[in-house]
Amino acid sequence: MNTVPNSFRNLPDERGHFGQFGGRYVAETLMPLVLDLEREYRKAQADPAFQAEFDDLLEHYVGRPSPLYFAPRLTEELGGAQVWFKRDELNHTGAHKINNCIGQILLAMRMGKTRIIAETGAGQHGVATATVCARFGLPCVIYMGAEDVKRQSPNVFRMKLLGAEVVPVTSGGATLKDAMNEGLRDWVANVHDTFYIIGTAAGPHPYPEMVRNFQSVIGKEARAQMLSRTGRLPDLLVAAIGGGSNALGLFHPFLDDPTVKMLGVEAAGHGLDGDQHAASLLGGSPGVLHGNRTYLLQDEDGQITEGHSISAGLDYPGIGPEHAWLKESGRVDYTAVTDEEALEGFQLLCATEGIIPALEPAHALAAVKKIAPTMPKDAIILANLCGRGDKDIFTVAERLGVEL
Amino acid sequence: MSNRIANAFAKGPALVCFITAGDGDTAANLDALVEAGADVIELGMPFTDPMADGPAIQSANLRSLGAGTTTADVLRYATEFRARHPNVPLVLMGYANPMVRRGPEWFAEAAAAAGVDGVICVDIPPEEDDALGPALRAKGIAPIRLATPTTDAARLPQVLSGSEGFLYYVSVAGITGKQQAQIASIEANVARIKQSTDIPVAVGFGVRTPEQAAEIARVADGVVVGSALVEVCGEYGADAPAHLKTLTAALALAVHSAR
Repeated sequence: MNTVPNSFRNLPDERGHFGQFGGRYVAETLMPLVLDLEREYRKAQADPAFQAEFDDLLEHYVGRPSPLYFAPRLTEELGGAQVWFKRDELNHTGAHKINNCIGQILLAMRMGKTRIIAETGAGQHGVATATVCARFGLPCVIYMGAEDVKRQSPNVFRMKLLGAEVVPVTSGGATLKDAMNEGLRDWVANVHDTFYIIGTAAGPHPYPEMVRNFQSVIGKEARAQMLSRTGRLPDLLVAAIGGGSNALGLFHPFLDDPTVKMLGVEAAGHGLDGDQHAASLLGGSPGVLHGNRTYLLQDEDGQITEGHSISAGLDYPGIGPEHAWLKESGRVDYTAVTDEEALEGFQLLCATEGIIPALEPAHALAAVKKIAPTMPKDAIILANLCGRGDKDIFTVAERLGVEL
Repeated sequence: MSNRIANAFAKGPALVCFITAGDGDTAANLDALVEAGADVIELGMPFTDPMADGPAIQSANLRSLGAGTTTADVLRYATEFRARHPNVPLVLMGYANPMVRRGPEWFAEAAAAAGVDGVICVDIPPEEDDALGPALRAKGIAPIRLATPTTDAARLPQVLSGSEGFLYYVSVAGITGKQQAQIASIEANVARIKQSTDIPVAVGFGVRTPEQAAEIARVADGVVVGSALVEVCGEYGADAPAHLKTLTAALALAVHSAR
């Protein structure tokens, strides 16, 4: 049995480790850059002007704070705990991704970088990155798996409208992990002028910590809003997990509130018993990929296997290292829901609350749907609505057998 | 530890040849390299996500994995190579995850049993040495580190500390097989590194022709050629050994002429 740490909020350590996870597993060419990034990030953190500019952009450009919303008809339908939502789907660009992009592009400019690159799966992080690049007038290259380019053509067009160059990646399985490989290859070849905006709380240190901190605005707002609206803290936080940035953003400010339980929801795809899922924590094992040690989908030789989820945003064979540590420490519980369950959650929220969620938070909804009825009516569940579903209506129509 | 690596470099500038294990007839390809004059063999362990490699070696990784190559196969190629070539140094090169999958001790033990002299792990920098380095050293296997144009004077001692066998100087900031660095820059960087270490310095990334190899051999202890050989494996498949022999012989002549 592990001893309970004094705080769950003081990691990573100075080497970027969360227990046995995290770290800086990158090629030597990138190592000096990663160290430089950490130094510059520490300086920015200590600079009130940096924080003030970040806050100002979040308020006036992104539209923060996002509302905290009590969902009355969904609560009634489920017949148990009160269900509340943090409405990050109302952000500019329609998801939580922009919070992190604002923070990283401010850091990039502070460091004198003149070119931005990013990877994207479903295209939400690509759109958010292209957005901030347009806002600040920096050239932007987005790497996207060729398969995803086909599946997510509206987001590809959005990125192009915003002035980004979208490069389809054909190597490997031509999905998100391959796009990330290509992003790292670009970075290694353009070390002097290029800043890599990683979209989730993964990659080499300091990215997992930095992305978490930029996304923590979600949990900080939610905690204050919940206290002011109800006079108490929620009993359970629920969030979907691909790489895990929206979940960490919500969870992290609550980690030292012992009464607040937390549940991360992975994508079980067609089910955890086969290999057609994207549940790195529940169906994977520890390994090293993309700069950090974390849970991965892999075979017995350490070859990375392709994840599957109806949600392209959850379809990644790894997970942020802090989640790996939170799982092992027992502070956060993790579960997984299937494509089918996520589709039911999606439809339920449309019908009861007039909100079309993205397929990523639809996974969180599916978990809420199972758990809320088992909790008393005075209990409070707070789920993160991390993105809106406009991008997913084609996928959903196809799965429901509807011709558009 | 065996002296095979040190002996190979003691003769003067050494030719270091890389191919990916499981891409074609690995035993025949390795024999072709040795017969044509390669002094050190780097055998690439295939990985699904070779993020420091360019298109040529990426494709070789996929061809190998597509043919079903496993870690056991790679170790078997090494074991059989050692039996055929008792004196030629053999280095495994690859990425961390396949190496640490069963634990670093398991890998070090298996590599030592296979007669491997050194290991180059692309994505384990000195900062994460604990993940593999101690296990390798305990088994007498040299952890071979990389230095790059971005490895500045302040950082170099950290890279050199714990480096064994030889130092692999990556001549360009980039991925394998793409650009080539200016010889002046290579010369200056190798000289800078050699002021701080006694182990040999081999230079790679973007070396394709005998002319380039000859130029580098005049300023470094070794020349690493990878993508150009891997492309031959990709182009000729089962017929690769003869073509590998032709290219390697020309490279070896160029490198050894600088002796």
